[in-house]
Amino acid sequence: MTTKKVKGSQAVILSLLEEGVDTIFGYPGGAIMPIYDALYDFDKHVTHILTRHEQGAVHAAEGYARVTGKAGVVFATSGPGATNLITGIADAMIDSTPLVCITGQVASPLLGTDAFQESDVVGISMPITKWNYQITVAEEIPEVIAQAFYIAQTGRPGPVLIDITKDAQFGELDYKYEKCRKIRSYVPETPVDPFKIKEAADLIDTAKRPLILFGQGVIIGNAEDELKEFIEKTGIPAAWTLLGLSAMPTDHELNVGMLGMHGNYGPNLLTNEADLIIAVGMRFDDRVTGKVSEYAKNAKIVHLEIDPAEIDKIKKADVAVLGNSKKSLRMLTDNVKKNSHGEWLQRFKDCDKIEKEKIIDNELFPEKPGLTMGEVIRITGDKTNHEAILVTDVGQHQMVASRYFKFRKPKSNVTSGGLGTMGFGLPASLGAQLGAPDRTVVAVIGDGGFQMTIQELGTIAQNKLPVKIIILNNNFLGMVRQWQQLFFDKRYSFTELQNPDFIMIAKGFGIEGHKVEVREDLEKGISKMINHHGPYLLEVVIEKEDNVFPMVPTGASVSDIILEP
Amino acid sequence: MILDTHNLKSNKKMKQEYNITVFTENHIGLLTRITIVFTRRKVNIESLTVSESAIPGVFKFTIVIKSTKEQTIKIVGQIEKQIDVLKAFYHTNDEIIYQEIALYKVPTEALYDSDTIEKMVRKASARILEITREYVVIEKTGHTEETQALFEELNKFKVLQFIRSGRVALTRDPIERLSEFLRERDAFLNSMD
Repeated sequence: MTTKKVKGSQAVILSLLEEGVDTIFGYPGGAIMPIYDALYDFDKHVTHILTRHEQGAVHAAEGYARVTGKAGVVFATSGPGATNLITGIADAMIDSTPLVCITGQVASPLLGTDAFQESDVVGISMPITKWNYQITVAEEIPEVIAQAFYIAQTGRPGPVLIDITKDAQFGELDYKYEKCRKIRSYVPETPVDPFKIKEAADLIDTAKRPLILFGQGVIIGNAEDELKEFIEKTGIPAAWTLLGLSAMPTDHELNVGMLGMHGNYGPNLLTNEADLIIAVGMRFDDRVTGKVSEYAKNAKIVHLEIDPAEIDKIKKADVAVLGNSKKSLRMLTDNVKKNSHGEWLQRFKDCDKIEKEKIIDNELFPEKPGLTMGEVIRITGDKTNHEAILVTDVGQHQMVASRYFKFRKPKSNVTSGGLGTMGFGLPASLGAQLGAPDRTVVAVIGDGGFQMTIQELGTIAQNKLPVKIIILNNNFLGMVRQWQQLFFDKRYSFTELQNPDFIMIAKGFGIEGHKVEVREDLEKGISKMINHHGPYLLEVVIEKEDNVFPMVPTGASVSDIILEP
Repeated sequence: MILDTHNLKSNKKMKQEYNITVFTENHIGLLTRITIVFTRRKVNIESLTVSESAIPGVFKFTIVIKSTKEQTIKIVGQIEKQIDVLKAFYHTNDEIIYQEIALYKVPTEALYDSDTIEKMVRKASARILEITREYVVIEKTGHTEETQALFEELNKFKVLQFIRSGRVALTRDPIERLSEFLRERDAFLNSMD
């Protein structure tokens, strides 16, 4: 292989191009200036998005990664630049989102001297990265970047951080690039064991009340088609986790809805009646299981999972099928008998009816004067033909949007699940739009979370990204307020907000907007937003003290799900 | 019957000493990555020894914790998940042969007065490493209880300094399980091509 002499900073950019990187999210500063200088020569090959805060850059990269399946790339400088990434990296770690974060670092002779803008970002990020590494000599750059992409994007994906000292960026090397194809100490995925498939198939064929629970593992594994085939052949009702949303169409007959604390009534209640749980690419998060000791006690567990550390972590598996869900689902479908579970499925439909009468109708078609979050989501879905990418922040609006948005296309849900990061939504939406430029991206955000990363309106405006932003404004930190109402005697401790004029703020950034306060304006407002060329902010004033139901109270069993306070 | 289930449950939750052996690549920062797995779960490390293994470039950690079997299995899983970790195993004390080393510094005067210390050293199969006018350094290898027992005896003569190492351990397998593991791993990775 031929080599050429380049500077470390150039090697960084050349290596990224070798990995097919087309978009970088970042924020320059002293210790990463050589890399930014090298980037200046490559503006035709790669788009750099200057966010308004490093946290914005990392969430945007997450949004990009979630819709493309490729690693999101982030640049930040040393010290505060690097530490501002931490929340997003932690978010990516717990939600298995591939990121390659490149941080500048003080020159290597200054390491450990408390130099200006020095922080031990390798140390700080260790518990929240899949892998991290500090480069102090230019020669290491191509190989380490190749490893970073390989690690971030294979197996169970995750964030990787590479810290590059300034002298390594200035240093020269003989550049050649070779993609990483294996690392001795790392097995991205285990080959699927045909004996385990047989064992699983036997349980599936003989189960009376089986239930499929699927999560983001299906989406990451691009196994949406395989999941559908498996579900349709077995006729087993299937429920999705928050991060499994959009892995199959909402309206599919066998899709029985969302699991978890604010999930649907049927799948929560009937989990404890199931005699077999087939968990696909999900990790039995506590928001899904409720009280674990009471969870699915009558069921055998088949767990399809790529990460061996997830097996038996929360719920003991009777049959654990390690490997990529695309392969394991295909093998499983080949091995199971065609079946149907009409009576059992009817139980879910019966639950749906109860939930519809008690909750859903009032939320989607309210008769009271105040606007509900649910009706906003319903109309938004209709106006986008249910084909938009839904980006949500964290809180009540997230649960309502996840419950009522009807997905038709895969990879259409971007949210902060595991970490529950308020402030995620707005920057993630701009990243999602860059990753999927031909799709409509709707960001649904609460008034609290919006103000955590509000400055990214500037990034959206500067790059003319046509994100449709909906603020569901109840002038409260709504989810916390709901808990205060239900579990803390309505002691609304520091949850009420005095909000700014969001529309004026949007206009200040050069973004069109409109505020809806009454039902008569809602549909028109949403249509105007969707049809607007370019970014648009729609503020909808929501009933102040609405709650999200149903709810599995903390510490309760999933079958103790409550439909009303 | 009710009693049996109860016992079974308490056994599963019973804490005892586990020896976790970790084989890793030689990478800076890996020690922290591994110890974080314990600290995050608030599991105290009783002892930790790290050195290069028989395979050049591969390092071996021996970590002793007091925990339940269930927790230990999960910890081993999380350690193996670290990119630069090759393999991790766990064993109870009776599944391994292990030693620690202890050094004791006692005043030389104490040896002049009687032959008690000399007898203690013989009895404990310890040995004397260095003698100066002021002090004598004694070395003993053994399990914690043994090195501790000698400490208590010697301390009648006022031990000036005392140090005990972390544990080193070998399994009872005839061969190093890692060599076998590495062969399999290489074959597997090559089959991925």
